[in-house]
Amino acid sequence: MVANFGYGALLITFLLAIYGVFAAVYGARSDKPAWVESARLAMLLTFPLITVAALSLIYLLVNGHYEVEFVSSVTSSSMPIYLRITALWGGQSGSLVFWAWLMSAFATAVTLRKWERDREFLPWVIMVSLVTLGFFLILILFFENPFSRLWASSAGNVVKAMFQPAGMTLYSPGDGRGLNPLLRHPGMIIHPPMLYLGFVSFVIPFAFAIAALITGRTDDRWIRITRRWTLVAWLFLSLGLVLGMRWAYDVLGWGGFWGWDPVEIAAFMPWLTGTAFLHSVMIQEKRGMLKRWNMVLIILTYALVIFGTFLTRSGVLSSVHAFAQSAIGPLFFGFIGITFVASLSLLLRRWDSLKSETQMTSVLSREAFFLLNNLLFMGILIVCFWGVIFPLISELVTGQKVTVGPPFYQRATAPLFAGLLLLMGVAPLAAWRHSTAKTLGKAMWKPFLFSLLIPILAFALGLRSWPALLGFWLAAFVASVTLYEFWRGAMARHRKSGENFFAALINLIGRNRRRYGGYVIHLGVVFMAIGIIGISLFQTETQGTITQGQSLYLDGYTMTFKDLAEFDTPDGRMVTRAVVDVSKNGKTLAELHPRRDYYIESQQPMTIPGVRSTIEDDFYVLLVDWQPISSTGATFKIYHNPLVNWLWLGGFIFILGTLIAAWPDKDPEEAREKVRRTSLAGARV
Amino acid sequence: MKRIFLFVFSLLFLGLTVSIASAQSQQPVTDDQVNAVAKQLYCPVCENIPLDVCPTQACAEWRDLIRSKLADGWTAAQIKTYFAQQYGDRVLAEPPTRGLNWLVYILPPIAILAGVYLLFRAFKAWSQPAAQAEATLSGQAGFETPSSTTTSPDGKPDAQANAQYIARLEEELKKL
Repeated sequence: MVANFGYGALLITFLLAIYGVFAAVYGARSDKPAWVESARLAMLLTFPLITVAALSLIYLLVNGHYEVEFVSSVTSSSMPIYLRITALWGGQSGSLVFWAWLMSAFATAVTLRKWERDREFLPWVIMVSLVTLGFFLILILFFENPFSRLWASSAGNVVKAMFQPAGMTLYSPGDGRGLNPLLRHPGMIIHPPMLYLGFVSFVIPFAFAIAALITGRTDDRWIRITRRWTLVAWLFLSLGLVLGMRWAYDVLGWGGFWGWDPVEIAAFMPWLTGTAFLHSVMIQEKRGMLKRWNMVLIILTYALVIFGTFLTRSGVLSSVHAFAQSAIGPLFFGFIGITFVASLSLLLRRWDSLKSETQMTSVLSREAFFLLNNLLFMGILIVCFWGVIFPLISELVTGQKVTVGPPFYQRATAPLFAGLLLLMGVAPLAAWRHSTAKTLGKAMWKPFLFSLLIPILAFALGLRSWPALLGFWLAAFVASVTLYEFWRGAMARHRKSGENFFAALINLIGRNRRRYGGYVIHLGVVFMAIGIIGISLFQTETQGTITQGQSLYLDGYTMTFKDLAEFDTPDGRMVTRAVVDVSKNGKTLAELHPRRDYYIESQQPMTIPGVRSTIEDDFYVLLVDWQPISSTGATFKIYHNPLVNWLWLGGFIFILGTLIAAWPDKDPEEAREKVRRTSLAGARV
Repeated sequence: MKRIFLFVFSLLFLGLTVSIASAQSQQPVTDDQVNAVAKQLYCPVCENIPLDVCPTQACAEWRDLIRSKLADGWTAAQIKTYFAQQYGDRVLAEPPTRGLNWLVYILPPIAILAGVYLLFRAFKAWSQPAAQAEATLSGQAGFETPSSTTTSPDGKPDAQANAQYIARLEEELKKL
């Protein structure tokens, strides 16, 4: 009953989406605003309708309706309620519903904005949003239906179908298979929604870009409208990526946070184009340049968002066969292809009207550095995309499967990331329009000299790794330049207006949140870079089998095996938990509990590390193996991860900076009106 | 006689050296030595999981295989070749540099260099009209050229630069 209800709600939404697309296009083409308004109302309804569908599915999950195939595949009676709710995105069909739900929320939100000044965009924004939503609804309704139930014939055959097949009765397995243990971690509960929010919110700037192309209103209005949408999308995508890294570090049990897996890269690629876009739109806003390029970037971002959604859940790119067997694989690729080609043809149609209004006047100007930044981001994108796609090409052409693993990506992207850091240090000091080597050098020499202290100090303390010294210098350089910019701006205000330094600093940030929020993001990147350099270049590991009372040694640390216990938990886990002491120079620092959880229902093991974290390093212990209880030997793997916590700290600063940059301003119209009124009142006095 | 004695002595010495060396190589292979090789290989059955961290039973057996090969005196390169022959190139962390695989290494640098070239050409094209524009504009009163920061008439370049910085900052803030 509830399953039918949810399915019905989705079906109505789908019909409404089709209607909305046609009404919007017809209204715009025949200049009938009533039709456009009707389309707007249709789009407004998508959110409440998909909410009904999503809540129906959550109801089925929470109440253990195992006759619904999706419910039985991702939940079980031993799971707590919060996990049954989050199981909504624990499988492919449910996560498609979740995606559509978030998409409809953004689509509905966009219908509620003030459209007076941009009425001509409305029908096309509706069209793009509803086409995207409609595509996902097609996937859900006809290919990956989470409301499908299990039916049994009298002969005992069980089939999956939405409606009762002739001669069959509803079949309930009694209990479900439970959620994949890897997805039960808090990081995995929050990480997919953040990533999906990032994905869907990038659809809105894309919709406005297409609206601008169709209507021919190719000034920077579409960019100004979507500035905050883009920042919000980027915020969620960044949050999703950082949470994903943390999840990998805590749950996957290999001592790292980023394995250059195709699924990770799929989520990273739209972030790369999105970041390039965030920088290059500033050039269009300030200088009226790069209009075509910004269109290309947002079109690419949209295509990569759809690609990422597809890849993060399905894993079909692992082999050509898996792709061919997947019902939705070809559909996804068809959709990406059609929307990509259609968007590019629209762009070509408007090519001439998207000419730059001005010329680049200096290769040392800020816009020139932003262009270089775009080049580096695109370089990383090419490496990532090619690395993900190549195994498929190889399999198609030669029949031979190959792996493109971390060494390839690390070697190819490390110089590009270093280049980005260098630009992050130089670009903020370059002026828009015109800079010379002399002015740039003048602005740069103080932070440059200051930043040299860090590698010199590191060298004096015995660091001899040249990549690390270079990396630390770059991080120090960006940090010095960024802090110098804050200091210079605040001091300038302080001298001019007489405000005290801190008031001047806060007012400075408040008056240009995007710029200074951006600088805070740069500081976050510096912290993250330090963490990445630390773990990438200085991670050490050892593994050994020891008995109780014996120790393993790594980088001056001693780990002593004290105890091992095996027990069952009420939520269906068989836990093997070791107790180890970590000491340094004879002083005990911590007691850690690395463990192996074996999920009985799903027959899957999970290795949970015992970690001692400080700002200096992480001591990360895994229980790899153990002897039967009569014997007391166990195998441990230990990682020493220097500076890794700087990465997480940097993540916080990064998000804080994005929040500062994206925080809503007062309505500019209202603010201008207020200024006008005040000046009029002043004139009267 | 002396020669025969020397020959026998040399043989004995050689035999002793070989037996000491072989006794040394009989030392047990450590987990770290196994992992150092396994890290460079990928699980032949799972997707994208390095062999040193793969938790499956099959991978534990493959690690034991690496251990026994190391004990037999095989080098890491020999073990990698053996695994690639047995299970295909997918067990290697990177495609071997032959045939079609060259594309994976060549295409990204070519694409990036093409980007650099395009950007270079664009900069070159932009810099010509810009130089003309600057020549015209620098004659206009009130146009702020960066070179003026270095030739301050009052002999206080810092004060001048600071004033210009404030002006630039204010101008940028106004534009928002």
